[in-house]
Amino acid sequence: MTITPQEIVERCLELSRADGTLVLVEESSSANLRWANNGLTTNGLMRERSVTVVATVGAGTGVAAGVVGRSAVGPDDLEPLVRAAERAARDNGPAEDAQPLVPGAAAADFADPPTETSPSVFGAAAPALGDAFGRAEADGRLLYGYVEHEVRTTYLGSSTGLRLRHEQPAGSFGMTGKSGGASAWVGRAARDLADVDVTALDAELTQRLRWGSRTVEVPAGRYDTVLPPTCVADLMIFAYWSMGARDAHDGRSPYSRPGQGTRVGETLSTRPVTLWSDPGAPGIECAPFVLARSSDDVQSVFDNGLPAGRTEWLRDGRLDALIQTRHTAGLTDLAATPVVGNVGLTVDGAQGTTQDLVAGVERGLLLTSLWYIRPVDPMTMLLTGLTRDGVYLVEHGEVVGAVTNFRFNESPLSLLDRFTAAGATAPAYSREWGEYFPRAAMPPLRVPDFNMSTVSQAS
Amino acid sequence: MPQDIDEAFLALPLRPLADAALQRARDLGAEHAAFRLERIRSQHLTLRDARLEGSSDGEVVGLSVRVLHQGTWGFAAGVELTAEAAARVAEEAVALAGIARPLARTRVELADEPVHADVTWVSEYAVNPFEVPDADKVALLADYSARVLGQDAVEHVSARLSQVLECTFYADTAGTVTTQQRVRLEPELEAVAVDAEAGTFETMRTLAAPVARGWEYVTGEDGTVGWAASLDELGPLLAERLAAPSFEAGRYDLVIDPTNLWLTIHESVGHATELDRALGYEANYAGTSFATLDRLGTLEYGSGVMHVTGDRTTPHGLASVGYDHEGVAAQSWDIVRDGVLVGYQLDRAMAHANADALGVTRSNGCAFADSPGHVPVQRMANVSLQPAPDGPDTAGLIERVEDGLYIVGDKSWSIDMQRYNFQFTGQRAYRIRHGRLEGQVKDFAYQATTTDFWGSMEAVGGPATYVLGGTFFCGKAEPGQAAPVSHGAPSALFRGISVLNTAEEGGR
Repeated sequence: MTITPQEIVERCLELSRADGTLVLVEESSSANLRWANNGLTTNGLMRERSVTVVATVGAGTGVAAGVVGRSAVGPDDLEPLVRAAERAARDNGPAEDAQPLVPGAAAADFADPPTETSPSVFGAAAPALGDAFGRAEADGRLLYGYVEHEVRTTYLGSSTGLRLRHEQPAGSFGMTGKSGGASAWVGRAARDLADVDVTALDAELTQRLRWGSRTVEVPAGRYDTVLPPTCVADLMIFAYWSMGARDAHDGRSPYSRPGQGTRVGETLSTRPVTLWSDPGAPGIECAPFVLARSSDDVQSVFDNGLPAGRTEWLRDGRLDALIQTRHTAGLTDLAATPVVGNVGLTVDGAQGTTQDLVAGVERGLLLTSLWYIRPVDPMTMLLTGLTRDGVYLVEHGEVVGAVTNFRFNESPLSLLDRFTAAGATAPAYSREWGEYFPRAAMPPLRVPDFNMSTVSQAS
Repeated sequence: MPQDIDEAFLALPLRPLADAALQRARDLGAEHAAFRLERIRSQHLTLRDARLEGSSDGEVVGLSVRVLHQGTWGFAAGVELTAEAAARVAEEAVALAGIARPLARTRVELADEPVHADVTWVSEYAVNPFEVPDADKVALLADYSARVLGQDAVEHVSARLSQVLECTFYADTAGTVTTQQRVRLEPELEAVAVDAEAGTFETMRTLAAPVARGWEYVTGEDGTVGWAASLDELGPLLAERLAAPSFEAGRYDLVIDPTNLWLTIHESVGHATELDRALGYEANYAGTSFATLDRLGTLEYGSGVMHVTGDRTTPHGLASVGYDHEGVAAQSWDIVRDGVLVGYQLDRAMAHANADALGVTRSNGCAFADSPGHVPVQRMANVSLQPAPDGPDTAGLIERVEDGLYIVGDKSWSIDMQRYNFQFTGQRAYRIRHGRLEGQVKDFAYQATTTDFWGSMEAVGGPATYVLGGTFFCGKAEPGQAAPVSHGAPSALFRGISVLNTAEEGGR
């Protein structure tokens, strides 16, 4: 590209005739490898650029916003883009979420160029994968999986002086193994793929497949169940996403007291649980300010650049905050706590690993991952979904074999009140949501009566 | 009269870039290469209580090169529209094939396809939604919203409109050159009722499906959706739902409306008959399939009245197109006939590698990428359950039920990784007693195993009951891709299906 992201920001701001202007430029690059049946199947290398212009017109309560985004923008495309945003603002009429644009100055790193990734990030993973294919082939296992690394660098500029830059690296590795009738999965997210130990993950996968070599029949029912951090992430990310203050205020969310506002201040769990987001949390760092390319029920384009810090959504079991824009904060008379790109759950005093929780189970189940999770009853946040790639029977604290998969019907909010044991919080890659939301930290949880509604024959 | 392909798209340097990329791929020794340049315009509008909540107008333009080099795929994509950049993307694709080769297990070869030299295709629509002023769109949605908001029982209303204009130029080293344009949109309104006293809320959504049509679908001018009636029923339906009894769990006969059944077809037949899933390519992500290739021709998928087709030719179908992203012409074929599995959805590599087992010599044209930066993978055709030529109307099916449910509109959905166990709810369900509809019930979900469910299908309705449903967001592949797809279905009668009480499931 002959024009830099910073130049795009400045030129769009200069071209604008709107009362207020925001420009977001995102440069991204990604590389991926995919495999099945012990061999690579597809691969890809992708570079993208997107430019989003937000124009605001009018003053006071009559401010309107227009949002137009384009990829592959060259110097000649900027003026049409800015004019289109201005036109959209005039067409749209006053915006309900209108707020003064966030004031600010240029951040020190704004001048830095975008960072790129390349296939060289597979330097360690690819040979390790080749070795894993070799071992699998020799031992009669089949491996399937995907590894990806991407870097997104976003530049935000505003007519109020903001110049912010955020660089978001994201890597993920997931691998499914099959052997005989057994199926198992391992997955990790990391900012740097060098932190993913493919050989160790393959060993974990192989151990799980070994557990699966003995199968035990158990019926559907409620079981004492250990959920590893990835499964807790599958459920708690949904609980976090559902925390929009507007829906709660309108009486249409599990965080509503229908007809009477939100449940903020209510105790949702009698346990010492804290559900938090923190842009600075080690290993799951994310943007410390709002980057919104459209307004919706949980974000507002007017809030672009608004600082987003550590927020405790649940504190000691009590609902303390909801996802807010400045507009909904006014509606609900609560603090403006914007959405943050990570989420964590901490249980006060909890220590140990998934294995430590398993050791305490007399007879119960150990899960690997959850899948196809969808809301069934939005009032109680009842979710349905399935176990996937390995459910293990635990007897006297030890895994004794694999059982069938199940369909579950459970509410994350109810689980937060019912669990009997928890471990230490650790980075967790959600099988269900990780591709959209890779940054989570969760403890393993033991739930005494997890509802396995029916048997799934899937293996 | 077909519409013309957008002039601004045709003004892009399509052929020079393709020539540069394909020539570089040839020079570097690729045995096959395909160039794709795509521009996807999209606009999303959301209104909350008849006021604009958010609007976004996006356009993605990019090019990609996919090469087959010494039997290994390589794929690269970029956004710079110059001949130098296109050639560089071709080099990157060849280089990536080189990295992948030591880890590839099989040599890829493609099923033959006739050369389609310089062909164009445009989907059927009257008014391009991107030529309608935004103010008119917002005004119509606000008008629809206000109409709903004014009804008793309705506390809030959300309106959403998604619109897409997709232009694709494809050229490969065999000489196929296609230029295509598709338009699609999805209008949706959802009303919310809140019962402050009981501390509960309920929602009810319009049933108009996403379709490959123009703005005339949203205004109702094409006669497809009766918007006035669709909007006016939401309030009364919600009031009835708030007062409806909870449904007792058990086994019941179900009459399922096409507005609900399309999604069950999508999940339990559409995905299960994707050959890449059956071969394990999706094992780490979307999952596999119980309908494995060794069962082709013998698997009893359902009862004898089950006839399921796959096609890319249905007018207004979201998966309808002239040619796929491997240059294969659109076709239609049987997937389940007389209840037996007889076909799969294919791409060229799978069609070649499994030609004997499949009994085919050609792909049926199911290779697509969802955006210029993504690699084509096998994607779902319009997979549809065919009506019985002399079948009854929906009332005729309901008459045959002593005690059961009539389920309308899709809502919650979930199915396992091998497409056996599923659970669906609906927008609403009515109790059937002695062949007649009684009022709505709540807290219902039906749960079954795919082949048991389709095996219990006693009858399908006639052509008059047939409706095209669909989605913009069929998810698959890594990196994740979302594809639009339609599913036609008649009303159908199922015997003895397990229905859960969701309040009990949640421990209430």
